[in-house]
Amino acid sequence: MSEHEQYAEDLALYALDALLGDDRAKLDQHLTACAACRLELERLRADTALLAMSAMGPRPPQRARQRLLDAVAREGRAPLAHDVSRRPWWGWLGWAATAAVIVFALSLWQENALLRATLASASGRQAESARQLEELRKIAAPIIEPEAQRVTLVATKTPPQPQGKAFYLRSRNSLVFLASNMPALPPQKAYELWLIPMSGSPVPAGVFKPDAHGSGSLVNPPLPAGLEAKAFAITIENESGSPTPTSPILMSGAGE
Amino acid sequence: MSSSRGQIIPADLTIVTGLKAGDQGAMADLYDRYSSVVYAVALRVLGDTGAAEDVLQEVFLQLWRNPGAFDAARGSLASWLAVVTRNRAIDSLRKRHPETDIEDVVLSIAPDLAGAAELARAAEKVRGVMGSMAPAQRSALELAYWEGMSHSEIAEKTGEPLGTIKTRIRAGLIALRKAFQT
Repeated sequence: MSEHEQYAEDLALYALDALLGDDRAKLDQHLTACAACRLELERLRADTALLAMSAMGPRPPQRARQRLLDAVAREGRAPLAHDVSRRPWWGWLGWAATAAVIVFALSLWQENALLRATLASASGRQAESARQLEELRKIAAPIIEPEAQRVTLVATKTPPQPQGKAFYLRSRNSLVFLASNMPALPPQKAYELWLIPMSGSPVPAGVFKPDAHGSGSLVNPPLPAGLEAKAFAITIENESGSPTPTSPILMSGAGE
Repeated sequence: MSSSRGQIIPADLTIVTGLKAGDQGAMADLYDRYSSVVYAVALRVLGDTGAAEDVLQEVFLQLWRNPGAFDAARGSLASWLAVVTRNRAIDSLRKRHPETDIEDVVLSIAPDLAGAAELARAAEKVRGVMGSMAPAQRSALELAYWEGMSHSEIAEKTGEPLGTIKTRIRAGLIALRKAFQT
């Protein structure tokens, strides 16, 4: 039995908060070092969310809506320290190098907003943050709007080649991966991205299926914090993903 | 462009962006879209309409105060809210302080549950899967999920070995997962 198999059942209990005592402590310790088990835990949590859907039916009383909105109005804006998300939503934006620029720009914007919080009044701060957010949205519009044209230029008479671009910011545990011209896959299969660390086994960094044009993307897949990447690679795996590569590497690349 | 494990649901992204900007209208949108999920889950755990409404208020206000806790790039808001609500309701049921910080609730690969139609379809599908499970397996899963029992409490209640309970619970969750992969 592999180490991952050994923890498989405990992970399910953990996802339900039904694992206690020494077993939980032991698994907590294992999770700090095992990306594959952390990923499986996230999947199991998503499975428990499905279970929750079986309760659907009852609806809250009408008064609950106003009660909530009154509470929100009384409370006002959340403290700024809580505004800073651990993983910025615009991390998913991206197309080629622009994606990385946006991610970095946003990081700077967040830090800037935090600094301003110590100086500006609450209302001024909110207005400034909104203005900066609007500027970022304007920059990102050609990247995120569905109707935007996306064109890859290659040398004349060169047939399109599969290509992947990974933008990885280790300090923020943020990864954006964009692929183009990827061949279609057999049923039940998907491409899986691997982060090859400086030492140790490849770490799963998300699965994707290309669209009809061969494009695909991954944004901020679950990864161990602070992992230094030596390279990235792509294999074909089952569509649910695999904790370790089970097929030959199709594409790979190290830092530019 | 297709993406997975980073799949964005535009409606969720719009709501969370609004919450981050302090837009109270986004809170109304959040309520209109997902209050039925949150309330139904809380009511199923607590069995009391007043207590369920309190949990609903608490969960939504938590997200208002800390909108960064949910990452729109990593799954559906409906799934995330369902997990957070269930955890909070179990804490309330067991009269204990919240054990899980909402920032620690990370999900991946949740199916698209963005609208009322998707939620209704998912509910029907889950009920079908649960209905097809062996009674002992369904019971173990439901005791753990809806009553917040530990595996040892379930083993004691049912008279089954611990290992059997563990196996049943995991197999039940995997059966649900597979039903949504087809």
